Amino acid sequence: MLFFLLMVDNLFLLFNAPILSAQLLVDGILIGAIFALAAYGMALVWGVMDIINIAQGEFVMLGGYVTFFLAAAGVHPLYTVPAAAAALYILGWALYRTVVFRVVDKDMFISILATFGISIVLQQLANELFEADVRTAESGLGSLFFADGLIVVSQIKVVAFICALVLGATLFLFLKHSRLGRAIRATAQNARAARIMGVNTDRVFATTFALNAAICGAAGSLVVMTWLVHPYLGLAYTLRAFMIVTVAGLGNMASVVFASLGLGAAENFAGFLLGTEYQAAFVFSLLVAILVWRNALLSRQRKYLK
Amino acid sequence: MAKVVKTRAWAVLGAVALVLAVGGPASPKVEGDTIILGAAVSLTGKYSTNGKNTQDGYELGVKRINEMGGVRVGGKYYKIKVIYYDDESTPARGAQLAERLINQDGVKFMLGPYSSGLTKAIAPVTEKYRIPMVEGNGADRALFTQGYKYMFAVLSTSDQYLREAMNLAAEQAQKQGKDPKTLKVAMAFENDPFSMDVRDGVLEDVKRLGMKIVIDDKLPPEINDMAATLTKVKAVKPDILVVSGHARGATMAVRQVSDMKVDVPMLAVTHCDSAKVAETLGKAAEYALCASQWDRSLSYKDRWFGMAEEYAKVFEKEFRYDPPYQAAESTAALLVFVDAFERAGSFDIEKVREAIAATDLMTFYGPVKFDATGKNIAKPMVLYQVQDGKYKVVAPTKWAAAKLIHPIPPWSKR
Repeated sequence: MLFFLLMVDNLFLLFNAPILSAQLLVDGILIGAIFALAAYGMALVWGVMDIINIAQGEFVMLGGYVTFFLAAAGVHPLYTVPAAAAALYILGWALYRTVVFRVVDKDMFISILATFGISIVLQQLANELFEADVRTAESGLGSLFFADGLIVVSQIKVVAFICALVLGATLFLFLKHSRLGRAIRATAQNARAARIMGVNTDRVFATTFALNAAICGAAGSLVVMTWLVHPYLGLAYTLRAFMIVTVAGLGNMASVVFASLGLGAAENFAGFLLGTEYQAAFVFSLLVAILVWRNALLSRQRKYLK
Repeated sequence: MAKVVKTRAWAVLGAVALVLAVGGPASPKVEGDTIILGAAVSLTGKYSTNGKNTQDGYELGVKRINEMGGVRVGGKYYKIKVIYYDDESTPARGAQLAERLINQDGVKFMLGPYSSGLTKAIAPVTEKYRIPMVEGNGADRALFTQGYKYMFAVLSTSDQYLREAMNLAAEQAQKQGKDPKTLKVAMAFENDPFSMDVRDGVLEDVKRLGMKIVIDDKLPPEINDMAATLTKVKAVKPDILVVSGHARGATMAVRQVSDMKVDVPMLAVTHCDSAKVAETLGKAAEYALCASQWDRSLSYKDRWFGMAEEYAKVFEKEFRYDPPYQAAESTAALLVFVDAFERAGSFDIEKVREAIAATDLMTFYGPVKFDATGKNIAKPMVLYQVQDGKYKVVAPTKWAAAKLIHPIPPWSKR
């Protein structure tokens, strides 16, 4: 009962102060941009290697720790974003060469199990090495004010947003125009045919997996400056990335971005109206609704062999 | 080779038989002029840091009492000794070790382990054998709803964590000539047993003081962002914002309140000392109120250690680190036993239990007085306020070293 009263109250609040919606929207979109990075990487690995990487969130977490430790050593956190990406690139490469290459052309369940194992190992290692404490890094940036201070946006979130867009665009151009990018796309379309045409698919896979880890590392670096990291942070990012990719599909990077931003905003509005305890529940219900709706659309098409 | 193994097996069997024959005396374990207590503490595993704090706390108490001549029971002075086992931070092991301490080592008085989880595992055992246990590190409210007769806790239970903040808010409102009933409260609590306990306590006080709840958000454990809740806070302008979600919740709240420039006259959180908000977040943490069990700057005083500060100095000298409250409450648990032994005038288990139940003791850790369920109802929680990057005790006002800054100045004026 109290819940509904509060919900109605919240709705009135939004009507009385429409500026709040702007704040929620902006925050949601900025959060969404960080999720977009993790989702990019997941879509890439999924599309090229046919692997759903459960360790996605752990890469984000480790990227955060790279920034945290460099910042503690006196480096300005903003400059550590490339370092986090580089460190995770190496880790991704190493993981491919030791574990992932064994499961690349196996059944998807086997690769899910393998990456799930990797995620647990990374989590526990982080707990053992870095301790369970919550860590943050200070970017030293302030906040931006709009509409007489009614909308406040912290600059680090804006930086994260821009980084996400730049990284996304770079990735897009890389895949479209570079030689390796073309090889990656060819492998994604048909690995066997690509091999016949002389593409070293093993190298393509290794690069893809490492590239994904690097993107997540950069995301983690932004996360520790915007929010915080701890060893058990990963699952939230893995789940969110998985969800975004499911909604957006594998083919299109732009739709991954839009899905991320949209879900970020939807999540924030849900948190405001329903209370944070229903925030996640709302987003996942939305996922189910989208899938059901899409399925209904598909079933209306008549399919036949030409 | 096989023969060696066999001989060793016999030796082990022999030892076990010896222990069984000697162990399990019906009378309290007194060796010569030494009374033996027992404790399972976490020396390895996830609680190893705090487990060591617990043991160090007990050991410092033992050392001081023995230096002062021991406990005087029935005209005779007895030294104290504690038998420790490592429970590996696992409840099942803790329960086993409690059985072992009672049945094999003949211990009749137990000191508590570290954490609510371990205390929950051990209390049923001590209860079964009617062995009094005084603990200092299990704050879960559920420990005190089981009808335990032999368990006593010197620390404040988890529902107490932010109650002092509500009292403080009411006090300040009256000072400004406002009715506390006009105060608006925003709450954001993580959805876990500890924080829900904290929330229950706050709700009771809100009801008692007639305040109004305007936000009641439960943060899911996996959440990493409070933007939605804080946007609401900006809109409804509450007089006090209370947040509990362990170290993660504290960091998130302090950081985002500052990032989003949320103006609220009072911000109270738990665990901001363990999250080290003043150290890591700097200016963002200024004026935040933090709940804690104990602090060395408090003016509590007892006949064993003197002031809290003197205790802290002795502790530092002995163990070379700043005593956390986990150590202080462990020492206090031992002091409760010492006081009870002396008042009971014997080591008779039932008499000692009655004496513990009737405890009305002042310690360096704070006053101790138990209610029927065994929890300490005399000691209030302590509230720090971050002032100039330091944690200063501002409440309870009677014992506080610093003055509260209220209301928190708006971000535009900082």
